[in-house]
Amino acid sequence: MTLYLPSHEYIKVDGNTGYIGISEFAAKQLGVVTYVDMPEEGDEVVAGEEFGAIESRKAASDLFSPVTGEVLEVNEELADDPTLINKDPMATWIIKVSIANPAELDRLLNEQAYADFCAEEGH
Amino acid sequence: MNKELYSKLIFEHSRPGRKGYSLPAYDYGTSTEMPRHLQREVKPELPEVDEPTVVRHYTNSSNNNFGVDTGFYPLGSCTMKYNPKTSEKAVGLAGVADLHPAQPEWTVQGALETYYTLQTYLSRIGGMAEFTLNPYAGAHGELTGLMVIRAYHADRNDVARRKVIVPDSAHGTNPASAAIAGYEIVEVKSRPDGTVDTDDLASKLDETVAAVMMTNPNTVGMFEKDIPRIAELVHAAGALLYYDGANLNPMLGVARPGDMGFDVMHINLHKTFSTPHGGGGPGAGPVGVRAGLEKYLPSPRVFRDESGVFHVGKGEKSLGRVSSWLGNYTVFIKALTYILSLGEENIKHVGPLATLNANYIMYGLCDLYKLPIPGPCKHEFVFDGLADKSTGVTTMHVAKRLLDFGFHAPTIYFPLLFHESLMIEPTETESKETLDSFIAVMREIAREAAECPDKVKEAPHSTPMRHPDENEAALHPLTTWKQLQPTY
Amino acid sequence: MLAACGAATLDDLYSDVPASLRLKENYGLPKEMSEAELTRFWKESASRNRELTCFAGCGFYRHYCPAAVESILSRSEFLTAYTPYQPEISQGTLQYIFEYQSMMAELCGMDVCNASMYDGLTATAEAMMMAVASAKRKKRVLISATLNPALAQVLETYACGLGIILETIPEHEGLTDRAALSEMLGAGDVAAVIVATPNYYGLLEDLTGWADIIHAQKAMLIVNTHASALAVLKSPGEWGADIACGEAQSLGIPMNYGGPGLGYLCTTKALMRKMPGRIVGATTDADGKRVFVLTLQAREQHIRRHKATSNICSNQGIMTLHAAAYLSLMGYDGLREVNRLSADAAHSLVEKLCATGKVSLKYPEKAYLNETILALAEPLTADALIEEAARHGILAGVKHTDSEIIVAATEMCSPDDIERYVRIVESL
Repeated sequence: MTLYLPSHEYIKVDGNTGYIGISEFAAKQLGVVTYVDMPEEGDEVVAGEEFGAIESRKAASDLFSPVTGEVLEVNEELADDPTLINKDPMATWIIKVSIANPAELDRLLNEQAYADFCAEEGH
Repeated sequence: MNKELYSKLIFEHSRPGRKGYSLPAYDYGTSTEMPRHLQREVKPELPEVDEPTVVRHYTNSSNNNFGVDTGFYPLGSCTMKYNPKTSEKAVGLAGVADLHPAQPEWTVQGALETYYTLQTYLSRIGGMAEFTLNPYAGAHGELTGLMVIRAYHADRNDVARRKVIVPDSAHGTNPASAAIAGYEIVEVKSRPDGTVDTDDLASKLDETVAAVMMTNPNTVGMFEKDIPRIAELVHAAGALLYYDGANLNPMLGVARPGDMGFDVMHINLHKTFSTPHGGGGPGAGPVGVRAGLEKYLPSPRVFRDESGVFHVGKGEKSLGRVSSWLGNYTVFIKALTYILSLGEENIKHVGPLATLNANYIMYGLCDLYKLPIPGPCKHEFVFDGLADKSTGVTTMHVAKRLLDFGFHAPTIYFPLLFHESLMIEPTETESKETLDSFIAVMREIAREAAECPDKVKEAPHSTPMRHPDENEAALHPLTTWKQLQPTY
Repeated sequence: MLAACGAATLDDLYSDVPASLRLKENYGLPKEMSEAELTRFWKESASRNRELTCFAGCGFYRHYCPAAVESILSRSEFLTAYTPYQPEISQGTLQYIFEYQSMMAELCGMDVCNASMYDGLTATAEAMMMAVASAKRKKRVLISATLNPALAQVLETYACGLGIILETIPEHEGLTDRAALSEMLGAGDVAAVIVATPNYYGLLEDLTGWADIIHAQKAMLIVNTHASALAVLKSPGEWGADIACGEAQSLGIPMNYGGPGLGYLCTTKALMRKMPGRIVGATTDADGKRVFVLTLQAREQHIRRHKATSNICSNQGIMTLHAAAYLSLMGYDGLREVNRLSADAAHSLVEKLCATGKVSLKYPEKAYLNETILALAEPLTADALIEEAARHGILAGVKHTDSEIIVAATEMCSPDDIERYVRIVESL
């Protein structure tokens, strides 16, 4: 199951674990990603609060966490090649987190709601 | 000019044993030995070059640079006016090069008088009670000004004020300075005409707001005509009103921030008072305050006693210190020279003539470029790209094409209110002939964009280098000579 | 021109400025001056300044500068340019900044350097904020008691709005108390430790082992040094510093009554993206040529706004060209020679002053380079000495307390100058 925030982060839910990245739409808007500022393993993330930032040459956006939990792993490949996000954003997660409170997932957008939201924003 | 030979870095001219200095062979009759473990072991790699090589290296590299002395530089919000040579000459004459900042006051009365005189004139021009000249740049002035505001509220025990309001059209330094001063940033919306939405502002003002930062005229070149009402609202909420002086130039001879109701302001001497930008600095960002706030100004300050003697001291409730000494002194000399060379009468022409030049360009181009906010403008204005965007020519392309015609590009993609912002500020020092030729070139570029868009999109064609790979520079930053070595 | 703007008068262009706000009276500025009058004005001003033979330091030093530097700086293609936002027509500026970054990084023994900070004090404040931002929630910063008091004041001024808690590591015999540092680190929550060497008294701090105990607490070591001394002192990089910063005025920049100087800030590759200010990087252009551009701009205020690593925009710009040209002409050998001459001059001065019996080294056991603190024997006071020396054309130093003075010497002080200074002390 993949859910979204209006700020364009996705979370792929796998039981009590989630993989967080940015959507295709966001990746396209941002252009070539030059750097991803990531938290460290063991850091806390809080639903709706920032956990890092993503930069292109001329823009920078904060990354917000869809859920509260603990960072289980960060995608080290992004340190060497942040453009992986441009190549396949949905397959290139940024952090892997534990999901402390599954009820938070109910507040996120599903595929269809997110697609509608992007269509709206694109106008 | 041999491009091959002179495009090297100074490190590539290095040959062992070459030197470009001459030091005295004094014998002090003593030989100092530093403890071994405090000495450096790794030899720093500095170039070894002779004087002619160094001089040719930098002279040739200066030929790859564009300054105000080279040509028209309509960079919006940067006030790139001509820097008079008489101001440069004054620095040599003023006799400060070898003054140590800790010298006894009686040995530096000339220098202190310069500081005092400039701060006095700036106070008169800004309509403020007093200025400090200590801050080194505009952003440093903003930070200092916000610290004055913090000290004012703290002194009144009004400690719940943790927010600073900035318009969404503000210079990036405004929110950045407020963040560094420890404030939360709240954005206030702009109306379609680019001015601050007073209803939105009123709804955000309460006892948690420390200050509202504004620039007037604002970053789209519009005068905030509701400023008396805004000042009223801000003061009624117990907050202070801050004036970002980046756009002071069109107000010279017209109106004073102090009279508009601003409590604290900064001035960019490297903009309005025509001191050279030096490829990024040094500038100066003097901060002025209305009566009652002087005591919070940073230390050290310069005072004059009844007998006309100048002293260095501190205010009773000074916010602290923001600089090593009294600031970028040579910049003060240049700015004071500028004021003295214009004098009372001529300085009043600066604002209106800067505004005339901006409007002249705006009306000369607004049929071909999209003018989102109708004029008249003040010292600058913003186009939202070409009127006809059908061929895909963007503001970036127009900017790069201008370089081929020997003009510097305007400010691009700022303010953030429009997608294709192209912000033009000609300043008062440009002749009608220069403005006419700029207008002609901009019209030519608009024609090219319609008829041969690729020519514009592929620009520049004639500059010393073309189309740098900026993504690569950000992805794999190489920022030193050592990192360029194959062995690195 | 007015007609083209649809206006009849200049005033029409200001119809939106309410009459109540319009300038009603004169500013009260003098009548305009011609160039000849301005020359007279500034010469008259200069006549009220008195150049003194300089034995003062405390961050600003009178060093020799090769004549070629001034000539290079006067190139108006450099001087009248703005920040190099258009790299196609700014390669001159971008190239000298790149050279400056390379040279400063080498001197500091660090990986990277930015395109300048305002001065050594604000550079250190920026280093402090950078460390605290990187440390996330940790808020304590330990500063040595041996820092220049002006530096401590600037740190305090910057820290208070950000909730940074500054704590002073006490001094022992003129140097930072290492045992106290260990203890304070042990209390936890430390984001950074700030120390200067040479310190305010001119004494050389021994930072052996500091990086280890500081890094063990996941804190950062910030080392402040005035740039010239880096040619001979163990570099911040060799000490294991995370950030090196300070004032680079000592690289032959005229004192100009306190400014412009040049703040520098260097760090490690790991911390590069947390760095404040502009950075120039090398890349290639469409023809495959090596060229230079501003890079990592997403950190900066014009993009990141309130989330930027700093609010800095204008910096000390062309002073980096001064540093680059100076270091090119001097080279490593020249800079070492400057340090050797300066240290010899200072040690000779101190030796001779002490021989008068009216002055003694406050910390006789401690190593110093070209600056140190002296104790004055009663009834001699710092004020009396500075005043009397100034009357004889000499700046005797910077007063620390009524009975202590900090003196510095450079290669600009001849043996005769030293003799003159000594005779003044003898006469008091």
